Amino acid sequence: MSDGVYLDYAASTPMRSEALQAMEPFLAMEFGNPSGGHRAALAAKNALEEARESVADLLGARPNDIVFTAGGTEADNLAVKGAARAARAATSANGVVTARFEHKGVLASVDRLESEGFRVTRIGVGHDGIVALDQLADALDATTAVVSVMLVNNEVGTIQPLDQIVELVGARAPRAVVHTDAVQAVPWIDVASAAADADLVAISAHKFGGPKGVGALVVRGNTPLEPLVEGGGQERGLRSGTSNVAGAVAMAAALRATIDARAADSVRIGTLRDRLVDGLLSTVPESFENGDRTRKVAGNAHVGFRGVEAESLLVLLDIEGLFAAAGSSCSSGATEPSHVLDAMGMPRSDALASIRLSLGFASTDADVDAALHLVPRAVAQLRAAGVAA
Amino acid sequence: MSNGPERSEKVLVAMSGGVDSSVAAALLRDQGYDVTGVTLKLWGGESDSGCCSVSDVEDARRVAAQLGIPHYVFNLADDFTRHVVDPYVDAFTTGSTPNPCVECNRSIKFGRLLDRAVALGFDRLATGHHARVRRVGDAYALCRGVDTAKDQSYVLYMLGQSALSRTLFPVGELTKADVRATAATLGLRTAEKPESMDVCFIQRGQRTAFIDARATTSPGDVVDTAGVVVGHHDGIDRFTVGQRRGLGIATGARRYVVDIDAPRATVMIGSRGDLLRGSVELRDVSFVGAPHPGTDLLAQARAHGEPVAASLEGTTVTFLARQPRVAPGQVVALYDGDVLVGGGIAT
Repeated sequence: MSDGVYLDYAASTPMRSEALQAMEPFLAMEFGNPSGGHRAALAAKNALEEARESVADLLGARPNDIVFTAGGTEADNLAVKGAARAARAATSANGVVTARFEHKGVLASVDRLESEGFRVTRIGVGHDGIVALDQLADALDATTAVVSVMLVNNEVGTIQPLDQIVELVGARAPRAVVHTDAVQAVPWIDVASAAADADLVAISAHKFGGPKGVGALVVRGNTPLEPLVEGGGQERGLRSGTSNVAGAVAMAAALRATIDARAADSVRIGTLRDRLVDGLLSTVPESFENGDRTRKVAGNAHVGFRGVEAESLLVLLDIEGLFAAAGSSCSSGATEPSHVLDAMGMPRSDALASIRLSLGFASTDADVDAALHLVPRAVAQLRAAGVAA
Repeated sequence: MSNGPERSEKVLVAMSGGVDSSVAAALLRDQGYDVTGVTLKLWGGESDSGCCSVSDVEDARRVAAQLGIPHYVFNLADDFTRHVVDPYVDAFTTGSTPNPCVECNRSIKFGRLLDRAVALGFDRLATGHHARVRRVGDAYALCRGVDTAKDQSYVLYMLGQSALSRTLFPVGELTKADVRATAATLGLRTAEKPESMDVCFIQRGQRTAFIDARATTSPGDVVDTAGVVVGHHDGIDRFTVGQRRGLGIATGARRYVVDIDAPRATVMIGSRGDLLRGSVELRDVSFVGAPHPGTDLLAQARAHGEPVAASLEGTTVTFLARQPRVAPGQVVALYDGDVLVGGGIAT
């Protein structure tokens, strides 16, 4: 990354030094395949299992419950497809319930299941960014196989009432498996407690100071899952393929460092975020905030500027050295209109005028100062040019 | 480098992922401009190529990286659907033959994109079109590209002084062979890339299916010039005035579509003689400079069609010699020699 003000932590974070240091030996010296039988393999195997124990401990799970994956999207796919297919094979339950503002890793998996004949219900989201519990209740019945609702939304940062969701499922669809995508939650809330009653929990290392390409799915107890990737039977047969030892070790170290710093970081970054959002709302005319701030994680700022194209604003900010995002990036790099803001019932014109500024563990007062200088100026420039959203 | 531009001018180059716009970006960079690339995401559906696919965006990004210039992707899919695709479908269902490249240039590249470029602080917009902008005193002229076989001034007929004052067409000074040679010399990955030929948002051979999926077309009669029914058809969108092949009518002589009556869903066929016209009436007429009626003009009615002698009075183009009827919806571009005067859309 070139020098600049980085406000896109929800997209990815820099690696924490603890993670970098922890993984280095396994990229060079300790290269053995942990599935092997010799001493070189054993060193890698030990490191992998220590990482598993550490991740389990930090997420309130047992070591056997941790399935390492190649990231959050794979964990979501394994959870949603794996649980639905296993349930249908065993019990003929074929209902899948999710929310319209989920990550594409869940939504695309659900689309796939629908094409395989599963009965899918996609419930709505309130304007505050919280899933509509009444719709969820209506969608649940004895044939529901899987319920997937994210713990923290990736765009607007709202924390979902997972305890109430689990309770509803327990009352109306007791056999259903509950999955939660906790990818955006780890830096900010205690996932061990918040997701304690979910059967499946997905995390991704690069969202909290770990490397890209590694994540985990917590698979509690004997939750039945059909694997997606089959082969040598690694990860209890749920995810074959030679283990990413360095990635797992780094993820464990990043998770440890994140959780150690979490209480203090949340307070410090929440203060920065409030200063950023309040500053923008008070200085930029016709600006608005998306999602209920009282129910958001500390690092999320999501604001809109009426009549300003977010896509142009992001380019102008990039030219000025401020890196932010809008909607969700597709593989081409184009900004797609946000399905999250649409699910929240926001008019398309407001959605296309909104950007996400996400803060993280290395964010500083100077970053907020720069944003409070650059964003209002860029908005004013675009408004003066009259390019309407 | 002494006769070049204001060195610090900021140029936004529309990079399609093809060889022409890749070379356009390279030439401008080497001329000393402050160059930024942009690729437009215009269409989310299936298509063979052109300006829309992920792999084309990827090619443009890689070329930009190789040239060491910043690159962005703009999602103008909503605008493209509204201003290009929907009118394209509407045109076929009302019996005319649209030119979507023209509408894309009018509304997207030299509309939304140019507006954005200005708003973002760029001095100029550049594209890989084969055409040339000439400064003549205080005015700008638009001339055919050096490679007349590749000339694209026809699809730029709508550009006026305001747009031209902010536009650069660097490859208009080169032949296509020079463009490819330049790309090869620079080692650009797009050097050997084949040209896009068809409508970029429709897969080859799928036009009828594309339109049927988006509009209601009803079957009707095929009649001769006397109004006698000689056959039937599945929808007027399958026909273009001037079309000879695929009429599905077995007659002895060569037959052409000479008229399409959309309200009655009737296609009229006739001989080549029935197709000839002495003039054509235009709509959406625009001029590159001052309005320019005249008697010694050349009219071109297809992208690579032969220019024919004509005159313009008001919105009427009169041909010196009778010409096959211009299909409604097609552009008639008017030239004074190699200099574009303006044009309009045949009614």
